[in-house]
Amino acid sequence: MSKRVVVFDYGFGNVRSAERALARVGADVEITADYDKAMAADGLLVPGVGAFAACMAGLKTARGDWIIGRRLAGGRAVMGICVGMQILFARGVEHGVETEGCDQWPGTVEPLRAPVVPHMGWNTVKAPEGSRLFAGLDPEERFYFVHSYAVNAWELDATSDAFHPPKVTWTTHGEPFVAAVENGPLWATQFHPEKSGDAGAQLLTNWITSL
Amino acid sequence: MSVAVRVIPCLDVTEGRVVKGVNFQHLRDAGDPVEMAKIYDAEGADELTFLDITASSGNRETTYDVVRRTAEQVFIPLTVGGGVRSAEDVDRLLRAGADKVGVNTAAIARPELIREISERFGRQVLVLSVDARRCPEGTVTPSGFEVTTHGGRRGTGIDAVEWAHRAAELGAGEVLLNSMDADGTKDGYDTEMIEAVRKHVTVPVIASGGAGKLADFPPAIAAGADAVLAASVFHFGDLRIAEVKQTLREAGHLVR
Repeated sequence: MSKRVVVFDYGFGNVRSAERALARVGADVEITADYDKAMAADGLLVPGVGAFAACMAGLKTARGDWIIGRRLAGGRAVMGICVGMQILFARGVEHGVETEGCDQWPGTVEPLRAPVVPHMGWNTVKAPEGSRLFAGLDPEERFYFVHSYAVNAWELDATSDAFHPPKVTWTTHGEPFVAAVENGPLWATQFHPEKSGDAGAQLLTNWITSL
Repeated sequence: MSVAVRVIPCLDVTEGRVVKGVNFQHLRDAGDPVEMAKIYDAEGADELTFLDITASSGNRETTYDVVRRTAEQVFIPLTVGGGVRSAEDVDRLLRAGADKVGVNTAAIARPELIREISERFGRQVLVLSVDARRCPEGTVTPSGFEVTTHGGRRGTGIDAVEWAHRAAELGAGEVLLNSMDADGTKDGYDTEMIEAVRKHVTVPVIASGGAGKLADFPPAIAAGADAVLAASVFHFGDLRIAEVKQTLREAGHLVR
């Protein structure tokens, strides 16, 4: 039976791209913001494009922050993409204004310090040993990024004996920043797997398989 | 870990068909855009660009259907430009499956459009397309480059470098710099124009216009471009995307 995935439709995501890419790897996909459906799905995908503050406001209006929290409390899979990853952190800072995030992880989303911004294009990543997200992918594989903000400091202890020690994947554009996280049922990528060709399809397959 | 140089084939589209004109005047048919997009994706294109080239000088609807069908089958970023006049046009293209939208003439007429689009959808969706040329006699700009409209047929007297800079300040996430002097000539990119814009703009710059042979690509990157775009050399089969990438790799640039 194919896995049921809800692409959370709160008005700030490239939901159609996410839907097509997930359907391509065999998931049974629905685009919706319906509470019951979002709660019941095997996996909840939270896309996100645009500004942190606008995405967060949209997410709250759709009760997405609450749905994410409820799902995670029950060990139900959630995956964030791009700004959908950023809003999982404690806060975002844009033009000097701080906005509260979902606070699933400590840390701040800040302007990326690089000579050319947005970071736009295909970059390699450094995944930690035993990553399930990047399983079967060549270390030289490239993924499509497009963003002006990033998390450049991972504040949660990744070496502790916590129930699910998080695995953090890094990359560099001007400075090192978080490219992906696997933390129990909560996975996220700063890049766009749905736009990363066959490499992105493999990564989404890894997520779907984990559900 | 560094971002790779992007190689972007551009499909000039009119009424659902791919076309390319030498200096935008004499159009030749080169096929179905969806099929071409799939071929480019398979050959390793890093992004695709659709440009509705009739949209700015004649009848103006971009074919949403082509965008929709392409986005269903191609899983790399797709930029669509041509005739985009409002945030509503952008919304429609994004909903059809575009990842980025190119804005050109309408932003020259009303620069506020750039801010409206970037505030609503984020600057990452907005590619400012600049059709620029060296100033002809009688026109003077600080950089020596001038913005044109109507496929290069009309000068505006606006400095091309200042315009790119201002547009980035207003919220453009990227600049597609098309040399109207070089376009269709196959004599190489205008590297001086690329250098001039690179010096004053911190968003990514896509070089466009003039690619004719493999050796034309590395100088555009050396001049400061983050990506190279070409149309006719790819879809008439003169050059293959893999060859361009190999040439860039041999010149010391990172490619996917």
